[in-house]
This record gives sequence, structure tokens and C-alpha cells, in this order.
Amino acid sequence: MLWKETDYAGWARVHKARGNVARPERSTQLTRLMEEAPAPAYGMLRSYNDSPLNDGGAAIDMTRMDKILHFDPETGVLEVEAGVQLGDLIRLFAPKGWVPAVVPGTGFPTVGGAIAHDIHGKNHHVLGSFGQHVLSVTLLQPGGKRVEVTAESDAALFRATMGGIGQTGVIVSAKLQMIPTPGNGMTVKETRVGSFDEFLALLDGSDYRYNVGWIDSTATGSALGRGIFEEAELSGGPDKAGGAPALPVPINLPGFALSAPTVKTFNALYWRKVPARGRTHVMSIAQHVFPLDKLHDWYRLYGKRGFHQFQCVVPLQNASVLKEIVQKIARSGLASPLAVIKRMGEGRAGMLSFPMEGYTLAIDFPARDKAETLIKALEAMTVEAEGRLYLGKDALASGDQIKGMYPEWEAWAAQAAKADPDGVLITDIVRRLQLREIGK
Amino acid sequence: MSTWIILGATSSMARAFAREMAETGAAVLVAGRDMDDLRALATDLDARGAAAAAALYFDAGDPATFAPIVKVLGATEGKVSAAVFVGWMPSQAEIDANPSLIDQVGAVNYTGPARFLHELAPLIEERGGTVVGVTSVAGDRGRFSNYVYGSAKAGFATYLSGLRNRLNRSGAHVVTVKPGFVDTSMTWGVEGMFLVAAPSAVAKSIAKAVEKKKNVIYTPGFWWIIMTIIKLVPERIFKKLSF
Repeated sequence: MLWKETDYAGWARVHKARGNVARPERSTQLTRLMEEAPAPAYGMLRSYNDSPLNDGGAAIDMTRMDKILHFDPETGVLEVEAGVQLGDLIRLFAPKGWVPAVVPGTGFPTVGGAIAHDIHGKNHHVLGSFGQHVLSVTLLQPGGKRVEVTAESDAALFRATMGGIGQTGVIVSAKLQMIPTPGNGMTVKETRVGSFDEFLALLDGSDYRYNVGWIDSTATGSALGRGIFEEAELSGGPDKAGGAPALPVPINLPGFALSAPTVKTFNALYWRKVPARGRTHVMSIAQHVFPLDKLHDWYRLYGKRGFHQFQCVVPLQNASVLKEIVQKIARSGLASPLAVIKRMGEGRAGMLSFPMEGYTLAIDFPARDKAETLIKALEAMTVEAEGRLYLGKDALASGDQIKGMYPEWEAWAAQAAKADPDGVLITDIVRRLQLREIGK
Repeated sequence: MSTWIILGATSSMARAFAREMAETGAAVLVAGRDMDDLRALATDLDARGAAAAAALYFDAGDPATFAPIVKVLGATEGKVSAAVFVGWMPSQAEIDANPSLIDQVGAVNYTGPARFLHELAPLIEERGGTVVGVTSVAGDRGRFSNYVYGSAKAGFATYLSGLRNRLNRSGAHVVTVKPGFVDTSMTWGVEGMFLVAAPSAVAKSIAKAVEKKKNVIYTPGFWWIIMTIIKLVPERIFKKLSF
């Protein structure tokens, strides 16, 4: 069977879709699909929102297009099909001395998804975004035209593809420059942080290549913004690869599981897990960079209605607005334990890439009316701070808000229109934000 | 060194098993009809740790393609193992409309693979190795909805049972694999699928069965219970069922 009518959803489960999905197993099948019935592609559906969805239309599931096409052990240049998962690349190549230059906080996303959202990771302040390490990308455009694009061959198309949410053609493969690693380990230093201002100072002063902060989003008053700062470097592996085996979350949890008192208690305990003097230990790369991957289907922690992940970045000089945002969240009592802060560098590869030099905050909220009202207020504060929201996560901002944050969106839309004149690659997020409607 | 030949290697289950074997450091030869895809797969296996990897042309319906593969295997050193993943399941309705399809179903699912294994058997007897034959739970009992496919798989399963007896004398081994519903292109979008297993999980269980020298496995394992019940239904009742 070529098409399967099925339900699928964004990771946060707020956005859902139903439609015909094809899942090619081979390159010839994918090419034929794009000739005869072109449709937008998705990978592991790890974007939180409607970015991978095409409700009522067709879509192509790329997860079976997952071959490694070439690997050069001398240079670390790797060519892969778009459906390969980033965690698999670490598992396969770290023992050989190479890892992808940029990985997000989970190993499940595909290379195609990483390009389409120009993702960032804990080393953004040093190495920039995923797309900055893409040497070339091959697109399959509606009608079956195959184009290999580099930053030199067609700068506009390349920049419209990095972070371009799949609108310039189905991403079929890419050539990546990996970075060297001494082994499959990370040496991680953890520091207890007492307040928001202390956090910013630590973020500004860190000279580690990987860093991220966990924030206790329930702490108020003088403890506002307290948390744990993690700084890490790639290193040799731990003595024993280990850690707990993966566990599934088998059912949707009831609403009270993440109620304010539970979260407050959990956060207070979690904060104290790191001794006041700090500590350093060695773990596997995956254990450090993919902390939640051992908990399969963790979106179920938020129950049937799902959740929102709010992520913004604000310029360095507007850090005070970020503090106000954290304050507002802490006072609301709506946040979940999952909240991280990081200082980003300037690195971004595309017209719709999220990063800018500044501080970024990402935090989950169970999807409830009150939380949505709060998030909308936080989004307005982000606009005011001349910051940005993330197209792989945001579910609530308006088209005008997003367009204001991405001044190159019209140039991007023009590239998308050139690659896909009939609009067959348009997805739910593009419709919701009217991103391809120039001059309307 | 040990060499695996994987027949029908463009299927997702075969690809996952080939990767399992590559990660153990074996040489892996992948055979089928889509040579572009097979060549890409060989590169993939090479990057995943295979001692060597190459693509070969194999068509279960064309016995002339068998001897060249056996010859390639003869030129390797060490143990020779084979895994047969070829399978083809046209719908019973298509077969009812065109009964000549029965010949092809028989050739792809039974006589082709059996003849290939027969040509390869002397080499395995000489060098040692393992044969993995993928049949189907559909071969356990002829059912209204796919008894032509089921009967071909049953024939292949019986062949494997005899081959196991023969190879046992030289110390080689045969694993018969009976998968339930696996999430492959064969089941994608087909009505009535339940408890569908990921190809990677099935491949891992096959690799384990090879290591532990199991004779017959159902994968996932609970299919043993389902099929035991189905086999126990008396024929006078079974003949009235339609699934």
C-alpha cells in the first residue's frame, strides 16, 4: 500500500492532523512520489507544534530513508539520507572520533528536521546552528526535480532551506561536517546557582564549549531564577556505559501529576541534588545531551491535552525583560519542571533561523486556558524585547508577530514560491501564520 | 571472518537485520533487484562497521541469478551464512482474479529461496554458518484471506525444517523465523493490522535467535500464543471463519 490514512501529531500534542501518509522505503519510491503526488515531508515528529503537519492533505514520512551514504574517517565529512536520527549518528561515529557538530536536547530528530528548523544545542555559543555545518543539501522538488544546493551554488535557496520548514523541497540527503571528539563521553561540571543575576553572570563567563542552565521556574523572591548550571566538554567515555534502561510513559497522566505543589516540591529537591560546592562527573554523550530520551513518549506526562513549550531568545541588552518573563512565570504557578536557559551566539544559517545573540529561555506548560493566556503575554514581552520565537515550538503567536521577528520572511517566501509554485508543500504552520502569502 | 548474504535486502526488516550483522563486524552481501538501493545500503553497512559490504543481483523468480551469488560466496573465507527475507503477498482477490499469480507466489516465497539454499548448502556444510529463513505466521494455517501466500510460506517452513536436519549433521544451523505483523511496506495502510512490531525490534530478536541457535521463533514472541490458539481451533469451526 502506498498511502495510509492516519492520525499524527506534533510532539506537544496540541496540534493534530489526519491525512494520507506515504512512507517510502527506497529512493526510487520517493522520487516517483514527488513526480506523481508531491507532498510535504516529516521525520520523527519531534517539533512541538504544527510544523510537520498537513491536516486533511497528504504527507511523506521520511523515517525509512535513513541510509548513511558516505563517511570519510579522515575529514569527518558525512553524507546521510534525511531520515537518519541524530542520536544514531553519535552512537555510530563517536567511537570513531566524530560527532555531529550540533545536536538538540534529544537524539530522536532526523537530519531533515534538524535542517528544516536549523536547530541549536548546548554549544550554540561556540559552533552556531546545525545549518552552519551543512556542506550541501539535496532537495527533491515537486515534479521530481533534484537539486544539490550549497551556500555557494545558490546562496538564497540554501538560506531559505536552512530553517525553512520544508518549503523549498523535500530534504532527501545532506553532507555534514562533523567535529572531532576524544570519545563517547562528556565531562560535566554542575554548579548550584542562587539567583537569576548570578545565572546571567555564569552564562556570560563560561568558557566551556557546551553549557546550559536548568531553572527552577517556581522559585520566587530572592531565589528567583535559581537553578543548576551545567558546563561540559567532550571527553573519553565513562568507565561503564550505563545509566538506567529506557522506560516508556505508558499512559496519559491525569492533570494533577504536574500541579503547582508537585512541581514546586520536585524542583526544590532537584535543585539540592547538586551539592552547594558543585560536582564534576563523566557520562556518555547521549546521557548528557539527551536527558529525556530514556523516558519514551514523555509528552504523556502532560495528559491528553498535551502541553506548550514556550521558547524565546532576547538580545543581550534586554536581559531585564527575560528576568520579568521568569518572574511572571514563577508567579503564575503554571510551569512544569522543564525549564532551561542558555546564552546564544550569533550563529544562524537561514532566513527563518531562530538564533540571535542573546539569552534564550525554554519552558513547558501543560496546555490549559490559563497557560495559553500567560504564553500570549510572554510572547508580547518577547516582541517588545525585540526577541524571537521558535518555529519548531511556538503554537500561539500570530502571523504578524512572527513576520515582525523574521524580517527576511518575504525573501524566504519568494524562494519557497519558486521551488514550489503550486504550494503543494504548504503545511499547517505555514497556513496558520500565512507565511507564504506575500503582498496580501 | 564470517560472511552473510541477505536476500530480499531492500525490505525494511532485511535492512534492519543487515545492520545488526554489520555492527557485529561481519562481511555483509545484500542481494535483490533494486541495485541503486542495494549499493546505497552496502555503503550504509560499511559505515556501520561491516568488515566488507557489497550489492548483488538476485531475483527469486529467476534461478539463473543464483549461481553467480554462490560463486561470490565461495570466494570468501570463513563461515557463510544466509538470511532469506524475500516475500511477496498479492491480495487473495488479485489471485482469485488471476490464478496464474499462484506460480509466482510459489516461486518468490518458496521454490526460489529453497533452490537458492539448496545450491548454497554444500558450501555451508563445508565452512559452517547459519541459515535464517523468514516465513510467516500465515503459513501456520490456511486462512480465507491469504491461503495462497500462506501455503507458499508453509512449504518454505517445511523445507527449512528438513534443511535444519541436514545441516545439523555438519554443525551448521537453521533458524526459522515466523514474524507476526511487522511495520513494513507490506502492511503499511492495510486494514486490520494490530500489535504491529518495528522492523528493528524484529531484527534484534532474529539476531538473538541466531546467537542462541534457536530452531523456530515467533517474533514478537506473543505470536506463539496467538498461533497456538489458532492452530487448536477444530477444522469444522475454522472452515466457517473468515479472517
